[in-house]
Amino acid sequence: MSSDLETAANRDILRRVAIDPISRVEGHGKVTLLLDEAGKVHEARLHIVEFRGFEAFIEGRPYWEIPVIVQRLCGICPVSHHLAAAKALDYVVGAVPVTATADKMRRLMHYGQILQSHALHFFHLASPDLLFGFDAPVAQRNIAGVIAAHPDIARQGVGLRRFGQQVIAATAGKRIHGTAAVPGGINRHLSATDRDALTAEADTMVAWSQAAVALVRRLHEADPALYDRFGCVPSSLMSLVRADGAMELYDGQLRLRSADGEILRDAVPSHDYMDFITEAVKPWSYMKFPYVTDLGPEAGWYKVGPLARVQNCDFIPTPLAEAERRAFRAYSGGAIQHASLAYHWARMIEMLHAAEVIRDLLPDPDLTGGERMAAGPRAASGVGVIEAPRGTLIHHYWVGDDDLVRWCNLIVSTTHNNEAMNRTVREVARRELSGQTLTEGLLNHIEVAIRAYDPCLSCATHALGKMPLEVRLLDADGACVDQKVRNG
Amino acid sequence: MSRSTFLLDGQSVPFDDGQMILEAARAAGRYIPHLCWHPDFPPHGSCKLCVVKVAGRHVSACATPARAGAEVESDTPEINTERRTLLQMLFVEGNHFCPACEKSGDCQLQAMAYDLEMTTPRFRHFFPDRPVDASHPEVLLDFNRCIYCELCVRASREQDGKAVFALTGRGINKKLAVNAESGRLADTDFAADDKAARICPVGVILKKRVGFAVPIGERTYDRAPLHEVALPKSEGDT
Repeated sequence: MSSDLETAANRDILRRVAIDPISRVEGHGKVTLLLDEAGKVHEARLHIVEFRGFEAFIEGRPYWEIPVIVQRLCGICPVSHHLAAAKALDYVVGAVPVTATADKMRRLMHYGQILQSHALHFFHLASPDLLFGFDAPVAQRNIAGVIAAHPDIARQGVGLRRFGQQVIAATAGKRIHGTAAVPGGINRHLSATDRDALTAEADTMVAWSQAAVALVRRLHEADPALYDRFGCVPSSLMSLVRADGAMELYDGQLRLRSADGEILRDAVPSHDYMDFITEAVKPWSYMKFPYVTDLGPEAGWYKVGPLARVQNCDFIPTPLAEAERRAFRAYSGGAIQHASLAYHWARMIEMLHAAEVIRDLLPDPDLTGGERMAAGPRAASGVGVIEAPRGTLIHHYWVGDDDLVRWCNLIVSTTHNNEAMNRTVREVARRELSGQTLTEGLLNHIEVAIRAYDPCLSCATHALGKMPLEVRLLDADGACVDQKVRNG
Repeated sequence: MSRSTFLLDGQSVPFDDGQMILEAARAAGRYIPHLCWHPDFPPHGSCKLCVVKVAGRHVSACATPARAGAEVESDTPEINTERRTLLQMLFVEGNHFCPACEKSGDCQLQAMAYDLEMTTPRFRHFFPDRPVDASHPEVLLDFNRCIYCELCVRASREQDGKAVFALTGRGINKKLAVNAESGRLADTDFAADDKAARICPVGVILKKRVGFAVPIGERTYDRAPLHEVALPKSEGDT
């Protein structure tokens, strides 16, 4: 692992290969490789090619509109943005803490979101690579292939995602882009009808999530040479944890753990993120590169998301997921796992945790009744941090006395992983591609590594099965010497 | 003495002398689309959504007196297509972003678009630059959504006795203005309980800080379509 492939010394005489767009991820990105005549990789970069500009056009809008408008960033994880914005604006309206009803409704919504997003990513987007192999025929390497070859796995995957979406609909009002979380609380209760319908399926969802963890674990155990090595980039890990060190996805304090497991920073209040994190800019990417300020950009970058969270917490506060976390740690003899494919295992452990949380939360009477709103002294700003499916999500707003947003800062999960994903791309390019004749399957290795992070590249809705892959080989003069096009 | 009648889409509608087509239809439980018309005010005739066809001519039902024996066409493919076109022009003229608008579900413009099955704005968006006025402590003005119905202008002038609002400019440069030297709502005698504060059919005049208190799905036009909500609930309730 090193950054030696970030920028080639002699870029203008190298061949350029572009994977554009990267498929089976959310949003649009591309990878460029610069190769010499012998096919040796001299440069590998992950580019984010979309610019959304939400931070700018939110300015000047009334604060109560923000949780609804900002979630339009994403069609996969809108709940995360919806809740992070509402949490930040709770401070503005003095609703700290919110009522028990608001807290539990939001948590239920959030864990529904974790469940559906993790199921979507693993079963629909990532599992074809793992079940059929990175070089499997393209015609098979998709969710339709999974349905044909492994109908039970596919059925459970679709069912888990459907259940998560139903939890969201019951709490947020809609499956996508609901409006329930408002600054200061929540605008609805859970209906008894929805509660009963969800409760009837909750145990099944826990069982299916357990099966999903077992599936990934079997894959790891069957081929440790691949799973333990592929795209392995050691780094620090950052996430929220509860005050007692438990996994906590809705609210908590920041913890940073070193690549070898030592806790470097702990109990960092989330509203201190600006002192804790700095965002670096590189001239070739629209996406910033965050790092822990006092460690500097070279040592201070980190990973977020399931792999960070499962290894950053001291325990998971639900029994089945905690047992799986222990198995995960035991697999590596207690050492921190950094291989990119371990993300999938950690992600499924979190999905199991989410299913347990939902099952245990549903009977709570605070969901179906009780005070929904709180209020207190007004504040000029607020920070909301949440663990979105893909990692730590930070929303920060300043609101004027006239109720309009004056300034806003959003650091989305995928941004935290920018450096890690780029290093993973370079690692895979160097180990798997350099000096080889490029094939579609070989290029898919790069995509497999990126996919493991479950990036939401533009926080935009993913068009499943409709994302073409076009790879062009250009000679040193920029002329196209070879081209491969793949449609969905 | 029996009242005179006219035919609305082939069905008889009674009317009183001097009554407009829209009023008579409404009193008879028949809906003709409208945005700028309001039972508390004289006909305005600006939105043109109440267009009907009488003797081959397209006229505003709100401002055309009913005549005995007249044949009025309203709910026909031809007239509804014309209404959809008018709606599409209203949508592109302002900045109507329903997905994040706090008036969604309570907005007559949106409800009418659903009612008339408008599926796309079709025309090029103007994307006008219309800053909001958040100066008033209780009420926000979001001019992005104004359709120039002048209901707030009329309510403020005729019912509140204040003349807080006015339309200025002409044609494509027309805009809703606040009647103060500074142009700011805070510098008028406008109050949150004015009639003008509660009459906007779209999302311009908004009570602050409560935008999403009522969940989507439980709002006026979530419960019933506009053509039902817009009719008087009982006789005499016009």
